[in-house]
Amino acid sequence: MCTYLTEAIPVDGSGKGARGWFEARKAIVYVDHPVHAPYGHTVNIDVLNPELGPSARVALELTEETALALADAIQQAIRSAPAGIASRTAVTQA
Amino acid sequence: MTDAMRAETITITGHGGDRIEAYLARPLDGGPRGGVVVIHHMPGYDAATKEIVRRFAAEGLSALCPNLYSREAPGADPDDAAATVRAAGGVPDERLVGDVAGAAEHLKSLDNANGKIGVIGYCSGGRQTFLAACSLTVDAAVDCYGAFVVNEPPPGRPIKMHPLLHLAPQLSAPLLGLFGAEDQYPSPEETKALAAELDRLGKQYEFHTYDGAGHAFFAVDRPSYRPEAAVDGWRRILDFFRTHLS
Repeated sequence: MCTYLTEAIPVDGSGKGARGWFEARKAIVYVDHPVHAPYGHTVNIDVLNPELGPSARVALELTEETALALADAIQQAIRSAPAGIASRTAVTQA
Repeated sequence: MTDAMRAETITITGHGGDRIEAYLARPLDGGPRGGVVVIHHMPGYDAATKEIVRRFAAEGLSALCPNLYSREAPGADPDDAAATVRAAGGVPDERLVGDVAGAAEHLKSLDNANGKIGVIGYCSGGRQTFLAACSLTVDAAVDCYGAFVVNEPPPGRPIKMHPLLHLAPQLSAPLLGLFGAEDQYPSPEETKALAAELDRLGKQYEFHTYDGAGHAFFAVDRPSYRPEAAVDGWRRILDFFRTHLS
C-alpha cells in the first residue's frame, strides 16, 4: 500500500462524471497506484461532490511529468485571459 | 468428482451486525472443503480480486471476499469506492476484524465446510490479514506484501494505520509471508523485524522474499506483475492452505 500525502481542497465549479455533470465541491490530489494507467504510481486527481456519493467523481491518473505540465498549463491559461474573468466574483457580477 | 463451481455476489453479516456485500466462490463436488477469507487490496473489491476468489474455488477451496467498502459506497464502482474510503482515512481496524469474522462464520456455515478457515490479503489487506489472525482464531494466514505491521506509516499519510507488532503474541495460526525484495512498503528490513519477533515468540511462520519483485507482484493487470514470483507464490499459497485447511 503506497498512498502518499493527500492534498484536499474545496473547489467551486462543475465536473462531468460517469452519470453526467455535477457540482464539484472538493478536489484531492495524491500519489498512489493507478487503477488504469500503465504505471506503478501516478499522480491521481479526483474532483468530487461527496454529498452526491462516490460516483460523483472525475478521476485523472497522470505521470508526474504530465501532472506538472497540467499545473503549468492551468497557470498559463489563466495568465493569458483577462485578469479575474474566470473568478467566482466575475461570474457573480456577469 | 466434478470441477464445477459456483461464484456469486451475496450478502453477509459483518461488523456490528451490518449487512455487507461479499463475493463467494465454492466448489460444487460436496466437500468437505476448507474456507478462505480473501481481503482485497486498497484499490477495492475489484475484478482482479474476484478472479483470485474464483481461483481458490477452482483449486478446491471455498473463498469469500467481503466488500470492505460496502458501507461508504454501496453499489459504486470499485475505484470510486476506494477513492471515497481513502479520503475518509481507510477502513477502521475494529471494523475489519468484524467483517473478517463475519466472512469466516459464513464460510463455516456452508454445507460443504470442514470448519477450517484461512485468511489471505494483499497490499493493505496483508496488514489486515495479520490483524485478523491476531484477533480471531483461524487455521492459516497469508500476508502478501502488507506494510505497517512493524513500522509506523510515514507522516502525512491520509490513511490511519498503526503498527500491529504488539499483537504478535496472539497470532493464532501459521503465517505465510510473501514479499518483494524491491518493495519499500514493506521493506525487507520491516519483514525481517517481523520474522525476528515471530522467532522470539516461537510462532510458526514461513517468509519468502522474491528478488526482482516489488510491491503488488501478484497483480496480473498492473506493471508490477512479476510472473516468476507470482507463479511460485501461488504454488506456495495453495500448498500452505492445503496443508493447514484440510
